[in-house]
Amino acid sequence: MEAFTVHTGTAAPLRRSNVDTDQIIPAEYLKRITRHGFEDGLFSAWRSDPDFVLNQPEYAGVSVLVAGPDFGTGSSREHAVWALQDYGFTVVISSRFADIFRGNSGKAGLLTALVDQETVERLWALIEADPTTAVTVDLEAQTVSAGDLVASFDVDPYVRWRLLQGLDDIGITLQKEDAIATFESSRPAYSPTTIG
Amino acid sequence: MGKTLAEKVWEAHVVSRADGEPDLLYIDLHLVHEVTSPQAFDALRSAGRVVRRPDLTLATEDHNVPTIDIDKPIADPISRAQVEALRKNCAEFGVPLFPLGSEDQGIVHVVGPQLGLTQPGMTVVCGDSHTSTHGAFGALAFGIGTSEVEHVLATQTLPLKPFKTMAITINGPLPEGVTAKDLILAVIAQIGTGGGQGYVLEYRGEGVEGLSMEGRMTLCNMSIEAGARAGMVAPDDTTFDYLQGRPHAPQGADWDAAVAYWKTLRTDADARFDAEVVIEASELSPFVTWGTNPGQGVPLAGVVPSPDDAADEVERVAIERALEYMALTPGTPIREIPVDTVFVGSCTNGRIEDLRAAASILEGRKVADGVRMLVVPGSVKVRLQAISEGLDRVFIDAGAEWREAGCSMCLAMNPDKLTPGERSASTSNRNFEGRQGPGGRTHLVSPQVAAATAVTGHFASPADLA
Ligand code: SF4
Repeated sequence: MEAFTVHTGTAAPLRRSNVDTDQIIPAEYLKRITRHGFEDGLFSAWRSDPDFVLNQPEYAGVSVLVAGPDFGTGSSREHAVWALQDYGFTVVISSRFADIFRGNSGKAGLLTALVDQETVERLWALIEADPTTAVTVDLEAQTVSAGDLVASFDVDPYVRWRLLQGLDDIGITLQKEDAIATFESSRPAYSPTTIG
Repeated sequence: MGKTLAEKVWEAHVVSRADGEPDLLYIDLHLVHEVTSPQAFDALRSAGRVVRRPDLTLATEDHNVPTIDIDKPIADPISRAQVEALRKNCAEFGVPLFPLGSEDQGIVHVVGPQLGLTQPGMTVVCGDSHTSTHGAFGALAFGIGTSEVEHVLATQTLPLKPFKTMAITINGPLPEGVTAKDLILAVIAQIGTGGGQGYVLEYRGEGVEGLSMEGRMTLCNMSIEAGARAGMVAPDDTTFDYLQGRPHAPQGADWDAAVAYWKTLRTDADARFDAEVVIEASELSPFVTWGTNPGQGVPLAGVVPSPDDAADEVERVAIERALEYMALTPGTPIREIPVDTVFVGSCTNGRIEDLRAAASILEGRKVADGVRMLVVPGSVKVRLQAISEGLDRVFIDAGAEWREAGCSMCLAMNPDKLTPGERSASTSNRNFEGRQGPGGRTHLVSPQVAAATAVTGHFASPADLA
């Protein structure tokens, strides 16, 4: 996982609340056998609508999603996070996230920046007025800035630490590799193996 | 204070422990199948990681595989892709695999124990909730999600918060005609499908000690249906006798050292459980589920319950909904409900003793007209053993279909499915809506009840056939 310190990119306004995981990626995409390539399933029901925000040419290449409250409710599917990342999103900003979605995001390295609804409204106004507005998310300082707006955001301290270090769960465990090797050397001789 | 069996196994596997952090637990055996592993391998690949201990990992194909024409390509493209991905991943990462057609292929929870790979005191995980099966040996065995599968592949460990412990004591021996399946269905009906949430269940008492290893596996298998993370039975002579001489069991001096350790794996007299449940075996009888979760069961001699029996509004709605889906009328005697299909198999009841039990009832009898019966061994080894005992002839002569090994109609990911509205008596573990095929209606039973039901065409016990 790459370390996350400061991210700057353009942003898309998603003026909807209660976007659930079925809307982020429908169940039919869950049968796949890969861990990547879920961008085509992202918001799939809305993508056929030419007016949908991600279909607007001026929002091509966005990496920040500014969403309404209660983003990511519904199932625990990690695919919702993967689909957002595969599409190119690095940060989702909202005034309320579903817990499981937020937990899954932290594990996978997608930053969920929690701000007040007023900040969301101001960001929406800015990026709708000018889609080329650069939005900067500073994880060290826990601020989001765009135009003359500077606002602080909330993030779980442990998730923040992991993102700043660029460590996923496996990376964290592998920091204890010595302890694992020591444990392995003390396993009893009769412990079975699957080979031979 | 003393320790419970589960705590002893846990403590013996702590790699590192720090305040405010979950324990890092070492995993002795990681079982893998085609449904929950592809993304884990794919993520390893893209992160440039390797499988730390392929020699503690074992893969088998089970959920998707067909149970007829196994020499032909798998027809369903999604099933085929998952199976092919597993083969490719195992080859690339050096993980041993038992593919379709191999003598050791079968349901992951049947294969591990039959090879002697599941042993007392081990930690066993698999991306499958019925991993609890392996707890029958006094192992701490539980299901994990796909990102945890990836974690174990890469590190052979898992960060985990301790589970709570619950003792389930079965006083007295099981009465004649009552099986491990009836026992676990009765346990779930008593504590509820959420009653075991957050717990490791330890089954103990005379009713458990008297069970064979296969019966103990049936019992532990369905711990998850009570919401528990795992189920366990303390190892004893029955366990050691089952293991001795199996391909992966210790030998010689190793065997003696292992048994000496395994004998210490009993809950101490002064250990404390977080919860305790006591069941009198003498009150048990053959059990049948009538609803759409494994806790909705009644004795075979009982009747379909009424929403009016509910303790509260939530339960009333649940009963109403289940009755509607199952197309049942309150007050109907269970024995009068006719079935279309009988399924004997799955990791709950697809072992040799289960097939022997079903065959002993079908011997010299016929499956009732209009009833389809599928007998699906849990593994190729079970299949070959059954053939060597002539059980296949008994099934075929009775009019049942004798199939190749796999999960089959337990979850209908392969072509073995119920059609909408069809009713089954099934030895599997889940009666959820659509579990055996969209619109299918599942009643969970023991192999004995399944076989007797096949003969009469409606729910029956062997005693009813006299
Ligand atoms: S037999 Fe059923 S419960 Fe067991 S592993 Fe297969 S699908 Fe899962």
